[in-house]
Amino acid sequence: MAVCERHEELYEELDSYIDQVKDKPGILIGVLHKAQEIFGWLPQEVQEHVAEKLNLPVSEVYGVVTFYNHFSTKPKGKNEIKVCLGTACYVKGADRVMDRMLEELGVQLEEVTPDGLFSVHAVRCLGACSMAPVVLVGEKDFYGKVTPDMVTKIISAYKRGGSHE
Amino acid sequence: MTPITVLVSVDSNSILLGAKEFVTYLRNLVANYNMDSLVTVLETVSLGSYNGVTVQVLPDDVYYSIKSKDDVRKIVEEHLLKGRQVWDLTIDKSSIKPAEKFELKEIRIVTRNIGSIDPKNIDEYIARDGYFALSKALKMKPEEVIKEVKDSGLKGRGGAGFPTGLKWELTAKVQADQKYVVCNADEGEPGTFKDRLIMEGDPHSVIEAMTIAGYAVGASKGYIYIRGEYYNSVENLRKAIKDAYEYGFLGEDILGSGFSFDLTVRLGAGAYVCGEETALLESIEGKSGKPRLKPPYPPENGLFGKPTVINNVETFANVPQIILNGASWFKSIGTPNSAGTKVFCLAGDVNRRGMVELPMGVTVREVLYGFGGGVRGGRELKMVQTGGLAGTFIGPDKLDTPLDYDSMRKYGVSLGSGVILAIDSSHCAVDIALNTMEFFRHESCGKCTPCREGTRLACEILEKMTKLEATQEDLSYLEEIASLTADASFCGLGQSINVPLLSLINNFRNEFLKHVNEKECSVNLCKKPEKKAKAFIK
Repeated sequence: MAVCERHEELYEELDSYIDQVKDKPGILIGVLHKAQEIFGWLPQEVQEHVAEKLNLPVSEVYGVVTFYNHFSTKPKGKNEIKVCLGTACYVKGADRVMDRMLEELGVQLEEVTPDGLFSVHAVRCLGACSMAPVVLVGEKDFYGKVTPDMVTKIISAYKRGGSHE
Repeated sequence: MTPITVLVSVDSNSILLGAKEFVTYLRNLVANYNMDSLVTVLETVSLGSYNGVTVQVLPDDVYYSIKSKDDVRKIVEEHLLKGRQVWDLTIDKSSIKPAEKFELKEIRIVTRNIGSIDPKNIDEYIARDGYFALSKALKMKPEEVIKEVKDSGLKGRGGAGFPTGLKWELTAKVQADQKYVVCNADEGEPGTFKDRLIMEGDPHSVIEAMTIAGYAVGASKGYIYIRGEYYNSVENLRKAIKDAYEYGFLGEDILGSGFSFDLTVRLGAGAYVCGEETALLESIEGKSGKPRLKPPYPPENGLFGKPTVINNVETFANVPQIILNGASWFKSIGTPNSAGTKVFCLAGDVNRRGMVELPMGVTVREVLYGFGGGVRGGRELKMVQTGGLAGTFIGPDKLDTPLDYDSMRKYGVSLGSGVILAIDSSHCAVDIALNTMEFFRHESCGKCTPCREGTRLACEILEKMTKLEATQEDLSYLEEIASLTADASFCGLGQSINVPLLSLINNFRNEFLKHVNEKECSVNLCKKPEKKAKAFIK
């Protein structure tokens, strides 16, 4: 499985983190957070590696990975677009934002665009309900009171220079 | 101290509006004009209005609403430099405070520091009596601390309403070599954002309360389990914990009392069911967050099998004030059976959305119109959902219901986590039902069959209804499923799906019947042929 050329470097980074925390009880989820941060997603190979390092059955690691929404066993786009479909956003028209987003990028939900730049995900409540409907790009770029017509503009900001800053 | 202080609200909502950039720009401008010794720019959390980024200039006590860098420049060049108030950016203080005619009695206990202090500066918290309660508690006997909390009548603010003092007492009574204090900050209830604002705006209040709880029950270790998506809260809490260690409010021998307490932040990974206390404990242990069979309850057998106190963020945030001001002060607020205040989160189709802390017993109408300024765009109010997604939907006829721990039993209206979601007449009740059930289907952990299959079946039927293909038998079947799932499910998630579903059907039965009999949607939202399946969530 080709993770990328920086393969070994990434594993080293993960291992040095695991070594720091492995004696803390119940640290598996913390390690998976870190692993996903490093690799972008959690391929089987990485899950097996984590299991071995923490001395856990792979089945348990896989169970945890698939249980939580945050962990992904599929690659994601460079810019992960999360459209909130929680009730507060939904009543403010989040479904129309979602429709436009998928149409604009020409992808299905959770599918990566051919250029690898985007993937669209549906999430439930980002805790910013007074700004509904809300779209989150990456981890920190929040967009509030989004209308379908704003979608093109949001996407284009990331087409140019990666991140909008 | 500088003569002028400028407070900029930098909570997650304001960041959406560019608050961070405005702060940087403001600081640069102040430096450019060599006003560093005159003006301090502080980041604080929500000042309460979300039309623009709210900025307060002290000591003039003028509020501005900022939408662009130009606005920032105007304030610096006009107000700070020349002392002339910028009138076109000024906002009326009444838009920050509730409308007068409803005489909303806003009482700020858990939100008292939010928007007034820099959450990243421990000194500001201390200046507002911070950690005084801890020092007072450490001079009391643990039993006395528990008695104070018990007498105050404080109940869990996460939704279930279990008496907090009793929970502490049960935990204190169990003999064990290790006990834990856990803060439930996995705020996953759609529409709720109060815990986030408390943690962002006043993180030390939670830390102080958890340390007091640790002392009262004999626990030496605490965990704050927080949603991974709450980046700002995590950042502010981590900073606050670090500072508290440095000042000796955490760690070994706190304030020379001999009591030691350690506190760690643990991140969740996106699972609604982890808000259920035992599922949350499983998750801290690094496992899939599937609920445990109760009893035994956490006070007996909690985290890592040890006695554990687990409380919600808002519950904890009340504790320091109770210790400082006494149980009878706290009891004097609210209603006889529901002491204190509740933080309400108002969302949906209203003119003003946001968070407000009001005494228990306030009516839905007061929050909706007094704070929220009524329904947006002059539309008609169709329904209100209170208490979160598992809460009840009520029609406009029930707006005068007082919200407290008795409202569910007396009037069938949930208090829950304090969400009030207003929905106007442009929405279809069946569509709302489908959206709600899709949430539960997605978040059902799959451990027990009734919940896993019940939520799936409910969605299928509702989807059929929105396609105008369902029959009246389907509707009866749906009601049966709702009750069955609620009766047979393992934990609170499945047990509560009948509440929103049946309250929707009962309040809007005619609308449901119209979908199944006449194949018609009253607001023309549900259409027959090529209506796209709304199931975005797998």
